[in-house]
Amino acid sequence: MRALAPIAVVVALLAAVPLVTASNLVLNFLVVALLTALVGQGWNLLGGYGGQYSFGHAAFFGTGAYATAILQVRYGVNAWLGFAVGIAAGAAVGAIIGALSFRSGLKGSYFALVTLAFAEVLRIIASVAPITGAGVGTLIKLDLRPEALQFQSRVPFYWIILGLVAVSLVIMRMIEDSRFGAYLLALRENEDAAKALGVNTTLIKLGAMTVSAAIAAAGGCFYAQYFLFVDAGIAYGSWISIAALLAPIVGGAGTVFGPLLGALVVKTLGEATKLVAGDAPGLDLVIYGCVLILIVAFAPSGIAGLLRGAFQRFAAVKSLRPGQPHG
Amino acid sequence: MLSPAILVPAVFNGLMTGAVYALIALGLTLIYGVLHIINFAHGALLTAAMFAAFFAYKLLGLDPYLAAVPLTVLFFGLGYALQRFVIGLAGHGDDRNILLITLGLAIVIENALLVAFRADTRTINLPYAFDVIEIGTAFLAVPRVIAFAVVILVALALWLFMRWTDTGKAIRAVAKEKLGAELSGIDVGHIYAVTFGLGTACVAVAACLLIPTYYVNPTAGNAFVLIAFTIVVLGGMGSVVGALVSGLFVGVVESLSGLYLGESLGQIGIFVMFILVLLFRPSGLFGERA
Repeated sequence: MRALAPIAVVVALLAAVPLVTASNLVLNFLVVALLTALVGQGWNLLGGYGGQYSFGHAAFFGTGAYATAILQVRYGVNAWLGFAVGIAAGAAVGAIIGALSFRSGLKGSYFALVTLAFAEVLRIIASVAPITGAGVGTLIKLDLRPEALQFQSRVPFYWIILGLVAVSLVIMRMIEDSRFGAYLLALRENEDAAKALGVNTTLIKLGAMTVSAAIAAAGGCFYAQYFLFVDAGIAYGSWISIAALLAPIVGGAGTVFGPLLGALVVKTLGEATKLVAGDAPGLDLVIYGCVLILIVAFAPSGIAGLLRGAFQRFAAVKSLRPGQPHG
Repeated sequence: MLSPAILVPAVFNGLMTGAVYALIALGLTLIYGVLHIINFAHGALLTAAMFAAFFAYKLLGLDPYLAAVPLTVLFFGLGYALQRFVIGLAGHGDDRNILLITLGLAIVIENALLVAFRADTRTINLPYAFDVIEIGTAFLAVPRVIAFAVVILVALALWLFMRWTDTGKAIRAVAKEKLGAELSGIDVGHIYAVTFGLGTACVAVAACLLIPTYYVNPTAGNAFVLIAFTIVVLGGMGSVVGALVSGLFVGVVESLSGLYLGESLGQIGIFVMFILVLLFRPSGLFGERA
């Protein structure tokens, strides 16, 4: 259980925030950042640990969001149940897309391309199908009762999203220590070699994609419940696919805390941009795009990699006697 | 059910639309064939070129067909610089990194255009945009006929360039055997950049051919590029002839399915076709380079 200690510390620190401040601005910022961290953690499992870069995680996020909203609005299903079904629906979409792609041997650019295309198909369908409310979108009726998963204050929402992030962190740590996680890393580093050693790479990738999709879908379910509105551009838009990969890449892909770290940094940058340059549509994405390029160019292992490198240099310098050359 | 009087013009129109698709796909497949990367910034570059053609007409009064000449040169330079100084350096030669870099470029270009020009849709009105040529029973719009002719010329010029010039031969050498080419003194970095420049130049020409009959907004290029992806995969990644043939084919299919199914289904049809082609095209096409 010692491996879980850092997670417990980080989550406890974040959980204390509402006790320190009641500012809606701060809480709202943290909710959105944690939501990004959650969806990013989903991407991280498949992309960071498995090396399969998806450009269409919106497909899972959107399915979760729509499932939660539609079940409540059209079928009167309880919100908590809708939340759970939404996660299952997202996982199912992930399993289907994964089964189709991996059985056809799609990898690298092709996998990115096909996930992107699936997200786009879903977006177009959602923008015309009557069940999703087509172009108008779906509005969840205001019903401020805990049974309806709606709250007067932002604090319960904050703890719910933090709880989801905590669960995702624990899942990721457990996967890291599992045989499944070892297979996943092996196929990321060299798929042919992993296959030659008897790893069923298709099955492992499929498993990773299903869990990854479920985590991203949980983010979608939460979004629907928090903002009480879903439309095709929000649910299946490219903004969330970009956010999903940006957070782990910036923070450190293939690390447990990478997505959380990255989401906080990226969202802070986004807010800073708004403060400096005003709320021009697209401006935050210009910054995110630049950050993506700069991180890949100068810190391919993300902020986590930079920190690790700095720590190692520090330790190396400390171990040297004064006056001794190092290099 | 459908008489030749309807069918023949539909096929002609499909061929002419398909020609522009083919040109966009040509740029994509050229880059893939040599650099083995899928350029996710292709659509954003097309949008940028369409804006450039739009403003060349609005501000300078330059006819899009004339603007094609300076824009081709400009976008060749832009593509060359992007590959040489951004993608080539920042990618560290790792496929996953390069994937992210081209995605990053796409995000930056598309949203910079959004910041600069907002989401407004813009069109230009050329005096001859609605002129038609009558061939038998078919009436063909003049801009589309010009587009078709220009694409054929560009494809021919590109073929001659690849066949007879030293640079063209070097590009083919790098595509076939990178290490061997490097050992025989070819500057691979330069050839990569030239290829990327050529691919981007194709997009500039396509933009000038599109702008007389199409609109431009910050996401205008994306629709074309997903079609171009379909064409490239259909024709075989990296195959120039394949891109041309399947470009024309997709144009005709789109035109005919629009006739039978209506326009609104066309958009989904392209995506579904794209996914089916990606998933069920026999393996070998999907072989990643070692």
